[in-house]
Amino acid sequence: MTTYGRGLRGLTLATAATLALALALVFFYAPLDADQGFIQKIFYIHVPLAIVSLCGFVFGGVLAIGHLRTGDRKWDMRSYVAIHMSLIFGIAALLAGSIWAKASWGHWWVWDDPTLVSFLIVLLLFATYQPLRFSIEDSERQARYASVFAIVAGAFVPLNFIAVRLAQGFVHPRVLTLTGGNLPGSMRLTFLVSFAGIVLLFTTLWKYELTVKSTRIQIRRLRRELLGDDAVRPLGRSAAPS
Amino acid sequence: MRTVLAVLRKDLMLELRTFETLPAMVLFSLATFVIFHFALGRATISGQLAAGILTVTLLFASMLAINRLFVADREQGGFDAFLLAPVDRSALLIAKAAALFTFLVVLEVIAVPAFGLLLLGPSLGPPLGGLVVLLALADVALAVIGTLVSAIAVQTRARDLIGPVIGLPLLIPALIATARGAGPLLSEHGQGFPPGRWLAILALYDLVFALLAYALFDFLLED
Repeated sequence: MTTYGRGLRGLTLATAATLALALALVFFYAPLDADQGFIQKIFYIHVPLAIVSLCGFVFGGVLAIGHLRTGDRKWDMRSYVAIHMSLIFGIAALLAGSIWAKASWGHWWVWDDPTLVSFLIVLLLFATYQPLRFSIEDSERQARYASVFAIVAGAFVPLNFIAVRLAQGFVHPRVLTLTGGNLPGSMRLTFLVSFAGIVLLFTTLWKYELTVKSTRIQIRRLRRELLGDDAVRPLGRSAAPS
Repeated sequence: MRTVLAVLRKDLMLELRTFETLPAMVLFSLATFVIFHFALGRATISGQLAAGILTVTLLFASMLAINRLFVADREQGGFDAFLLAPVDRSALLIAKAAALFTFLVVLEVIAVPAFGLLLLGPSLGPPLGGLVVLLALADVALAVIGTLVSAIAVQTRARDLIGPVIGLPLLIPALIATARGAGPLLSEHGQGFPPGRWLAILALYDLVFALLAYALFDFLLED
């Protein structure tokens, strides 16, 4: 049994501190955008959320490879939690992006922006992950099929971005280009701190959910050993690994 | 290779004897063209609109075949028999994808001329070569993803729902490339050949998912 709880307290404190620092920088240090004004500050939340969520989806696929290679169910659990968290982060990113789009482009949704559209497609695909798991009863098969899906969908993420980007023009500002973009130093620092904060938040929540889930499984096992099979209520059908 | 041919022959013979899937796909496509005629209120269409309608119709018709691809094998014990046989399991993937590809080609041989006759304004003649290349690449994408998704969906409780729900988002990049590639071909003063980047995207998509499906298909059969 892996103990996911180790180091969780330190990680939580680090996350809280980084996020607090990030918010302080966003509101008191980073300059107002000359063009968009105050609303541009949502950039420091929206972009890290979107990047972390996409990386989380790919991460879930990589973890699923571990499950198929070793057959060890803990990898399936890790992959499930990563995708679950990424979905939540992804929806948050989409909402934040929508608010930003309304404020700066005047519409809640803009079709001619490839990044936005690709993100929606990826989110639509991963939204089928839970229904797929839920509709397979046998838990071993559920884990195996979910891993296959996670790997295919993880590979889909970059391919989808290429296809959609070719199909449309460029509306999104290319802030994070390889050449360094055109972000002034103070904004860049603020962005990097917020990004670190969101990455830490993802890691913390991922570990928390893993801790809770594995503890619950461990308790069930112990109860069954100590009190007999009758003391443990049978599990209902669930999308989560058990 | 012999296994692939044997399974493929079985599937094609089954279709020839029962005539279940293909006529349904063709009728579905024709009905969809009629519906689009009335829904759009236009006698003829061209350009990107025509390309979109053709792509969407072919996609939805292919969903019929994808939903049924493994149903007989599951219900009649074909899966178990295949697992018992001492053969490479990837052969089933290749055979099923080839069968699906064949269905799609037959569908298009009937549905595309019908589309040209019923709805399309410009003549189908000049862009035909480019269209064949484009649709062949799109069929590979549909066949590969369709087989993979169908193999996943057939083992679930709500298999008729899970198949399209997973398959549609997965196929979106391929559909973007097909529809955008066919757009210039079907316009009034059309080009003879689709823009290269859409062919490149389709080829890349086919390659990546064919390799992935080949690597992962074994895990869908274990029991």
